[in-house]
Amino acid sequence: MIRLEKRPQPSRAWTVAAPLLAVALTMVAGGLMFALLGKNPVDAIRTIFWDPLFNQQFASYSRPQLLVKAGPLILIAIGLSLGFRAGIWNIGAEGQYIMGALAGAGVALALYPLDTWILFPLMVLAGALGGWAWAMIPALLKTRFRTNEILVSLLLVYVAQQVLASMSLGLMRNPEGGGFPGSRNLQQYPAAANPELFEGTGMHWGVVAAFIAVIAAYVLLNRHMLGFQIRLTGQSPRAARFAGVDTNALVLFCLGTSGALAGLAGLFEVSGPAGQVNIDFNVGYGFTAIIVAFLGRLHPVGILLAGLLMALTYIGGELAQFMLGIPAAAIQAFQGMLLFFLLGVDVLSNYNIRLGRREIA
Amino acid sequence: MTALLTVEGLTKAYPGVVANDRVSFDIAEGEVHALLGENGAGKSTLVKMIYGLVQPDAGQMTLRGTAYAPSEPSAARAAGVAMVFQHFSLFDALNVAENIALGMEHPPPMRRLAARIREVSETYGLPLKPGRLVGDLSAGERQRVEIIRCLLQDPKLLIMDEPTSVLTPQEVGILFATLRKLAAEGTAILYISHKLEEIRTLCDRATILRRGRVVDSCNPREKSAAELAEMMVGAKLTAPSRAGVSPGEVVLEVSELSLPSANPFGTSLRDISFSVRAGEILGVGGVAGNGQDELLAALSGEAPVAPGAVRLKGQPIGSLGPSPRRRIAVLAAPEERLGHAAAPDMSLTENALLTAAIREGLAARGFLKWPAAKAFAEKVIEAFDVRTPGPGNAARSLSGGNLQKFVIGREVLQRPEVLVVNQPTWGVDASAAASIRQALLDLAESGTAVIVISQDLDELMEISDRFAALNEGRLSSPRPAKGLTLEEIGLMMGGAHDMEVAHVAE
Repeated sequence: MIRLEKRPQPSRAWTVAAPLLAVALTMVAGGLMFALLGKNPVDAIRTIFWDPLFNQQFASYSRPQLLVKAGPLILIAIGLSLGFRAGIWNIGAEGQYIMGALAGAGVALALYPLDTWILFPLMVLAGALGGWAWAMIPALLKTRFRTNEILVSLLLVYVAQQVLASMSLGLMRNPEGGGFPGSRNLQQYPAAANPELFEGTGMHWGVVAAFIAVIAAYVLLNRHMLGFQIRLTGQSPRAARFAGVDTNALVLFCLGTSGALAGLAGLFEVSGPAGQVNIDFNVGYGFTAIIVAFLGRLHPVGILLAGLLMALTYIGGELAQFMLGIPAAAIQAFQGMLLFFLLGVDVLSNYNIRLGRREIA
Repeated sequence: MTALLTVEGLTKAYPGVVANDRVSFDIAEGEVHALLGENGAGKSTLVKMIYGLVQPDAGQMTLRGTAYAPSEPSAARAAGVAMVFQHFSLFDALNVAENIALGMEHPPPMRRLAARIREVSETYGLPLKPGRLVGDLSAGERQRVEIIRCLLQDPKLLIMDEPTSVLTPQEVGILFATLRKLAAEGTAILYISHKLEEIRTLCDRATILRRGRVVDSCNPREKSAAELAEMMVGAKLTAPSRAGVSPGEVVLEVSELSLPSANPFGTSLRDISFSVRAGEILGVGGVAGNGQDELLAALSGEAPVAPGAVRLKGQPIGSLGPSPRRRIAVLAAPEERLGHAAAPDMSLTENALLTAAIREGLAARGFLKWPAAKAFAEKVIEAFDVRTPGPGNAARSLSGGNLQKFVIGREVLQRPEVLVVNQPTWGVDASAAASIRQALLDLAESGTAVIVISQDLDELMEISDRFAALNEGRLSSPRPAKGLTLEEIGLMMGGAHDMEVAHVAE
């Protein structure tokens, strides 16, 4: 019989080793699944984890994609992690991402074809504000009327999607687009574009912002009173009230910050890799970021690594579909396994496992 | 006397600690047997093994001549062993009969059960209406629900874990009468307590545990309380001492403090008025659940009240939250150590930061000074003899007594003008309790106004200058503690709740 015994304190060694073990377990279980599908498991694993980065043929395309995909995931997940640490659940980052993109692109499209250096900073500001404002709706409803922020923020995603559709078909549609849905391409509007900063790296301003967010979140959580209050509120709400934490202010801060960062991610995406506002602009970064936040154990550095890993499985997964004909569902199952093992193995950092039968005297 | 239950060589080890080490003793039929020991001596583990909640690593038990090894509580109940826990497991929103039915494997129809409850409650002098909502009952009445739940099983052995901690002296008297009647009918009672006077009045025999071992057994009636205490602790205890200081000016004044309860089964504070002088200790007694938590919250600032309801040296502070109150040296230490006074998974350094950031200057412009926080945590650990490898350890890794010393020490070392503590020595071993009480006395001597909320009357009588009692959210007017009789204190605490009609059928 296997028993779990709670450790008096979390094991540091396991906190580091658990993710590595989880990746290894995923490879074994995933390899088994691929073998059952009649594919060579070693090939499949290599195609997912190795080829996107190091294969001569694919790496030139895939490697930049890593940062392009990881950037928004990390940026959004960092914001979400602050709230999650405090027990404030923003599930609507996808909506805030859309609204940030719309607000930022809106500024650019309204001022088109103005050519000034200040335009891009203005768009960044508008993008952050758009996401922030969208997140303030659940925040204010929660502080005023004790509504559940999970429901409100989630449902606002669907509202944002309707707004996005309306914008791409109406107000923001490209007047020179021949009636096709979608806005002007901001990539072709130099003052508003968020270009690749270094050729062949995938690095754009959004990735820079993500790295800055990682550092800022690290400092906030480890060196600042506000970060301490966030952690305290999440771990022990009653102790937080005793310590004098203003819970309502914390809700506004956490939802506001995560909204602003999601909005920024949307703005950098719409002005960069995506290029235009369109009906299918959002591809689920806001939801995937929730997984990234938890994979990274809500720790800024963990989120950085988790975002990269998640991006890698997406890119490698596509490659495996394309090269080996592995079905998309199997790739999703593989990603699910990764999450499952990461969270499952997490038990080890808080519990000892004891083997052997319980003795009955 | 024939032995009902014989325990031989029971051993149970947890990682890092042997909770029970070859414990042997026996209980006779109709005997009231005390299990005496400090917190952490292994009493709870022992009774959990008897009740089937925990399986021993070694040793055996014999119940009425046959081998007894309950694998779970239902097996123990089937064998005739029942237990009343210190913490009740009752649902506030259900009535008495429904709560009792929930604990039964095959509950009879509600009407029959209600009749049985009435019958048992009358026989044993434990008045209880089956239809009443548990949320409306006092702690003493809730305990009666638990006892009746046990008695309905017609137990041969009844285990009672610290049953009097929630009772007024009058209610204790009634409980004892019930227990004596049960014993006279042949039911054995295993009575766990560290309250020596109770054991001397009630019990026929006492088995004394220290650090997991049986160190002695005796007839408690032949021993003095001091002798029992020494057997329990294994050393001579020195009573806290204080130099007589005459109290100074009024520091904290509470007038007509009212606070509606935050939840439907909580207690509302009603018109509480008192004042505390510099250098004085005000003891606030009362049965648990009569507004202790609420009073602490109103004084700590967690539950802001009308500005004028609380005044510090004449200044209204009632509407201030915890942080501004700390700034003006009004500090507090709540009852619940884990989760209220301290965050369980955070280190002691972080927990030092929890309340001391303002007064100890542990943050500058919002940025934390970790070295200073660590130094303060170390200072608390050092000054209050907190046993821990270091300030980096999580609060939950400390024993209750050590964490309590840390929590009290953290506030005491911040030089408070007013310190409010709730249950400062709850669940703390005798020597740690003595040092905490001494620290509170020393603090008062240095001119702090101290309010000690506690359910331990002996403690309050030992350290307070004046005494008041909370009863259903009201505070009796404070009286000098010296010379108060147990009878008077009991009446201040509300006497026996609804027990005027109580009688034990002889």
